Amino acid sequence: MEQRLANSWRMPLNDNKFIEAALLSDLRVDGRRPSDHRKLTIKLAKQDGSAEVHLGQTHVVTFVSAQLVRPYKDRPNEGSLSIFTEFSPMADPSFEPGRPAESAVELGRVVDRGLRESRAIDTESLCVLSGKLVWAIRVDIHIIDNAGNLVDAANIAALAALLTFRRPECSLAGEDGQEVVVHPPEERDPIPLIIHHLPIAITFGFFSIENLLVIDPTNEEECVMTGRMTATLNSNGDVCAIQKAGGEGVSQRFIMHCLKLAHSKAIDITTKIKDAVEVHNNERALRKIKRHPSSVAMDVGGAPAGIGEKQNQLVGVEDGTGLDKLKLKEEENFMECEATPSGQEHSKDGNSKNFTGGPSSWDPYSESVDPDLLKASLASRGPSVPPSKPKDSRHETKPKEPPQEINTDLSPIDKPLTGGQSNEGKTLKDAVKPKHKRRKKVSSNNEN
Amino acid sequence: MIDLRMEYVSPEGLRLDGRRPMEMRQIRAEIGAVSKADGSAMFEMGNTKVIAAVYGPREVQNRSQITNHALVRCEYSMANFSTGDRMRKSKGDRRSTEISLVIRQTMEASILTHLLPRSQIDIYVQVLQADGGTRSACINAATLALADAGIPMRDLVTSCSAGYLNSTSLLEDSAGGPDVTLGILPKLDKVTLLQMDSKLPIDILENVMQLAIEGCKAIANYIREILLENTKQLEYRRGV
Repeated sequence: MEQRLANSWRMPLNDNKFIEAALLSDLRVDGRRPSDHRKLTIKLAKQDGSAEVHLGQTHVVTFVSAQLVRPYKDRPNEGSLSIFTEFSPMADPSFEPGRPAESAVELGRVVDRGLRESRAIDTESLCVLSGKLVWAIRVDIHIIDNAGNLVDAANIAALAALLTFRRPECSLAGEDGQEVVVHPPEERDPIPLIIHHLPIAITFGFFSIENLLVIDPTNEEECVMTGRMTATLNSNGDVCAIQKAGGEGVSQRFIMHCLKLAHSKAIDITTKIKDAVEVHNNERALRKIKRHPSSVAMDVGGAPAGIGEKQNQLVGVEDGTGLDKLKLKEEENFMECEATPSGQEHSKDGNSKNFTGGPSSWDPYSESVDPDLLKASLASRGPSVPPSKPKDSRHETKPKEPPQEINTDLSPIDKPLTGGQSNEGKTLKDAVKPKHKRRKKVSSNNEN
Repeated sequence: MIDLRMEYVSPEGLRLDGRRPMEMRQIRAEIGAVSKADGSAMFEMGNTKVIAAVYGPREVQNRSQITNHALVRCEYSMANFSTGDRMRKSKGDRRSTEISLVIRQTMEASILTHLLPRSQIDIYVQVLQADGGTRSACINAATLALADAGIPMRDLVTSCSAGYLNSTSLLEDSAGGPDVTLGILPKLDKVTLLQMDSKLPIDILENVMQLAIEGCKAIANYIREILLENTKQLEYRRGV
């Protein structure tokens, strides 16, 4: 059994009483009203399928991965979704290393039930070969900092990560059509999961004084409250899961009141997640356009050896597949350099502006050079600026082609089309500082 | 599976096992199943059979856990032979850890822990036969065992589940579909345990919950009868 009280911090009695007394007049220690959430920020990494959520001080990171496995015998044509939680002892003194504590298990189960039992994720579309191969989706939830209400934060992080996750496309080949070919992301664009609805978890805290309730309790409030309930609802008002594991008893009427409150909150949070994902998808589409033009790739490949030596990044271009991933990362990195000055959350317009500026910093013919961005990117290039000059002259042998292509691909809707050609066009390594590259290399090694 | 669901309630209004939608399975309870324990009980709901044993209140084993409230601990386990095909491992998986936690917190809500400082109460529940609704059965058995051990409680917590299929609410339903497990303090009329799976609109959930509450109340009446019967027997044996 658990060591519940062994390591936990105990609340002073005065604080305890203060929180309760303040709540009686609808005040909370952090200045919120009882039915307010803390500030929610969703950060989506450049990499697909990973999300970072801040809910006030609570910090949760989620990563989604997929693997081809043999399906369960009773469900031969359904993929699987599993949730794993990691409560780092760093996040809270009561989390102990080693076996997952009860709270970790409960959190995993609540998130899991909300997503799975309500069939939010279409598992049948994850089937590759009935009875033989299906995709198993794995969601890893890491708690980085615990400032209360981990369930809501973990649930939002899991949803955001699942929404941005893309799995490689598969097709069947061979004479009998039983051979599975997994297409690498360079060859065919990875496909997103099919998600029917978003079940959002909303946690309530109950106190020993009747009809007192808070939404999104902080760590301090969690110490004081005597009961909690997590309701998972989607924006249509369907209840997907409820977890009220004992604790303070409340009347049925009060529970229905909570559910109605949760419904309105779920609508808010759904829009927040969708906005964040849309921004992420737009950025993703734009990144794709940048690595598109094929002629430039050939140019760089044929570069004289002298330049190749000066710019480490260029060396790998011809090796193709092995380094493709790395290159991709470099581009992402480059994107990052550009994106940072314009802020984390730019609107669609901001993106398109970013785009016209984007290629111009490496594509010298583009008419619409944004001087600021150019300057910024030159600065970020640092010592590698001079080598890029010879490149300019080389480009003159192949005129006009790249800009035209870019123009046709302006809209992100062309994603799948550009995806096909994209692997030939990884050209922009020279835009990144060597220092950056090394760092990325290390991190990519770690992932493997 | 879909076909099965379509026919789940027959045109005559009977379920596959012959019950009507609002009908509970046969329940049976017995006090005193484990001789060494301070309190114990066996509880049956249809083919689900569980056994609960309570040890305590006794001295806290781990000195660092001493508080001025009683420490309640609970362990839920399923016997390997309890399901149709023999289970590999039953202890320590995520499901049983969660159910242990749920039962512990539910019982904690009814026990007057402030009356028993520096002591601990251990509740062990074991599923002998599983046929749906094990967590409800475990809570009912634990309540009986706690009462048998003479531990002061606010109320007798009872638990029951309800489902929903083809626009009918079903009491105690073990075949697929949404499943709402409820635990109430019947005299205070308060919900302490509420777990729900699957997808249900809010207003339908209200009906299903109402049905489950009725089920809980019926079980509470039965448990009260059993306890009264048991007390009468004790009285008789003493020769009062």
